[in-house]
Amino acid sequence: MALRGKHLLGIEELSVQEIELILNTSRGFKEVFTRPIKKVPTLRGKTVINLFYEPSTRTRSSFEIAAKRLSADAVNFTVSASSVVKGETLIDTGRNLQSMAPDIIVIRHSAAGAPHLLAQYCKDSCIVNAGDGMHEHPTQALLDAFTILDHKQNIEGLKVAIIGDITHSRVARSNVLLLRKMKAKVYACGPPTLIPLEFDAYGVTVTYQMREALEDADVVMMLRTQRERQKEVFYPSVKEYSILYGLDKEKMKWAKRDAIVMHPGPINRGVEIDPEMADGEYSVILEQVTNGVAVRMAVLYLLLGASEEAES
Amino acid sequence: MTLLLQGGKIVDPSQKLEKKADILIEKGRVAGIGKIRGKKSWNRLDVTGRVVAPGFIDMHVHLREPGREDKETVLTGSQAAAAAGFTGVMCMPNTDPVNDSAAVTRFIIERAREAGLVNVFPAGAITKGSRGEELAEIGEMFKAGAVAITDDGQPVENPQIMRRALEYARIFDIPVIDHCEERALAAGGCMNESGVSTRLGLRGMSRAAEELHVARDVMLSRITGGRAHIAHISTAESLDWVRQAKKQGAGVTCEVTPHHFILSDEDIKNYDTNFKMNPPLRTPADVKAMVRGLADGSIDCIATDHAPHTRLEKEVTFEEAAHGIIGMETAVPLAWEFLVRPQVISVPRLVELFSVNPNRILKLGRGTLQEGAMADVTVIHPDLEITVDVSKFKSKSRNCPFHGWTLHGAAVMTIVGGKVVYQRRG
Repeated sequence: MALRGKHLLGIEELSVQEIELILNTSRGFKEVFTRPIKKVPTLRGKTVINLFYEPSTRTRSSFEIAAKRLSADAVNFTVSASSVVKGETLIDTGRNLQSMAPDIIVIRHSAAGAPHLLAQYCKDSCIVNAGDGMHEHPTQALLDAFTILDHKQNIEGLKVAIIGDITHSRVARSNVLLLRKMKAKVYACGPPTLIPLEFDAYGVTVTYQMREALEDADVVMMLRTQRERQKEVFYPSVKEYSILYGLDKEKMKWAKRDAIVMHPGPINRGVEIDPEMADGEYSVILEQVTNGVAVRMAVLYLLLGASEEAES
Repeated sequence: MTLLLQGGKIVDPSQKLEKKADILIEKGRVAGIGKIRGKKSWNRLDVTGRVVAPGFIDMHVHLREPGREDKETVLTGSQAAAAAGFTGVMCMPNTDPVNDSAAVTRFIIERAREAGLVNVFPAGAITKGSRGEELAEIGEMFKAGAVAITDDGQPVENPQIMRRALEYARIFDIPVIDHCEERALAAGGCMNESGVSTRLGLRGMSRAAEELHVARDVMLSRITGGRAHIAHISTAESLDWVRQAKKQGAGVTCEVTPHHFILSDEDIKNYDTNFKMNPPLRTPADVKAMVRGLADGSIDCIATDHAPHTRLEKEVTFEEAAHGIIGMETAVPLAWEFLVRPQVISVPRLVELFSVNPNRILKLGRGTLQEGAMADVTVIHPDLEITVDVSKFKSKSRNCPFHGWTLHGAAVMTIVGGKVVYQRRG
């Protein structure tokens, strides 16, 4: 069974069956990490190019390691050392790379729709969205779901609180889409200045009060204030923001005893999350990172390898 | 050359005329309407089944010359206008250099004369360089042929400048055309701020950005007695302000583009930059309000905001793309398909929107087919089925969201000053 369609551009286009396929496949790949030789030959001879226009610690190394563990060749494209600095356009960059016949191009870009533009003009490669502006970050939502399922029976019926700079967050959008497809009860919380118009149209409850969001929550997902995307001032000070919307021990008491605390990273310690919460017993933040590699292996495998299962 | 158009339906609201008749054109002017027996020496054209109207004017066109001749020139823009059924266009001053002087105004008029096709009426800038700081030499531009002033492309940020412009323009009785946008509320957005921009992850421009300036211009028009014309109106509330202003007798008029009475932000698919313009596509409710405004008289004219851009400026990410789409060569078919055919408006009303009202607002002295009038005539085939093919456009640019659309009703002949400047083949 292969993922229908050639690209992974967002959660929006994925069906529940496809999401479950990816998550189940991820489980199998996570097992590879426990072996002395953390490699399977599945994507031997395939080339994966990481085209990252924005800085990244986790996602990029995660995709690179995922590709290598599948025995594929991973190429990292550093924008600052490329002809992009000479003014080469996204389409030209994509076309030139495509001429070297990569199997997958993983792209992260500051502009929403950049992967879609690439997919339109580079019809021979498979495009994976590693984050496009404020729009989507599908593999993040998938690894978040995978992490939740490591701790909870089902996603259906869980209360998930997503807290922080929702407006500028592609992680928030992708997570909300996925969690709603899987029928979780989602609460979006932040200052009104950082919650975009009609966000409740996603089927979530919008609240400006941390308490309402955290009360009996099963999952608490904290988001970083995306200062590099904020072009104006949305709250009076970091101090006030963190008093109202930062996660600390006191506020965590409102959540369920067995709740988990998540964060896509990088964390701003002391702003949206106390060090105690980031490193404490509720936190699954580092598990998310581990799971990220497994999920990305599953995505690369299903987009490429699975369609050639018959041959091998 | 004496021209006789035979058998068409003359639709001329200025004479309350809507009947089948022949029209005789002599020495560039309308010589008569009625049952006219043709002489052999005349150029007799059979327009049976066609609508014959006073020449259509597109009062919002960017011809890009001087400065961006790669996108469009006065010549190619004139060719596009003629093929679209327009006998005249008003061109915007956001050229390079900005048309803030008699010299640039004269240059544009001269280029139009060289093209020898349609009338080009330049709008001059309100402020020098459209920088919004000092009034441009409006009197000099008016003498050189400017018919209105606008800083279009830019809003007039300083309300006191807008006030002085409205006052000063009264010397020449020309309208001050405003691109209504409070930049701070537009917040660097690239589409309408709504549930759609939220879903697409794109920065939105609040509808309040337009409404604030529309309200401002209504108030300023009232206190100055000047004529404010709202360019490319797009929201329901903006239109409510104009409606209210008209009820109170203020000299406020407005125009709407075809894309704003047909497309909404929900039509933006796959980040297609042919759906990016300023003002942006609004909600379906706003589209309905625009249609209502066209029907009830609140909107005075249809003007395309024809904004040519090169492929380089459009084949990029949505947020990077230049704002704007071309519009002249789809205007009449779109208006006919979406307003006339479903009987939302009558044919005389369409002629008001495209001809009578632009002429009235800009005081061009045309917009009528009465005896002695300048023979600017637009002939429309009401049942002609066309499939929009941008590759065949006369415009230099191709940024159009309507490619492939099947529409009915199109201009088949355009006559300027008694000369046929466009006739559809086949």
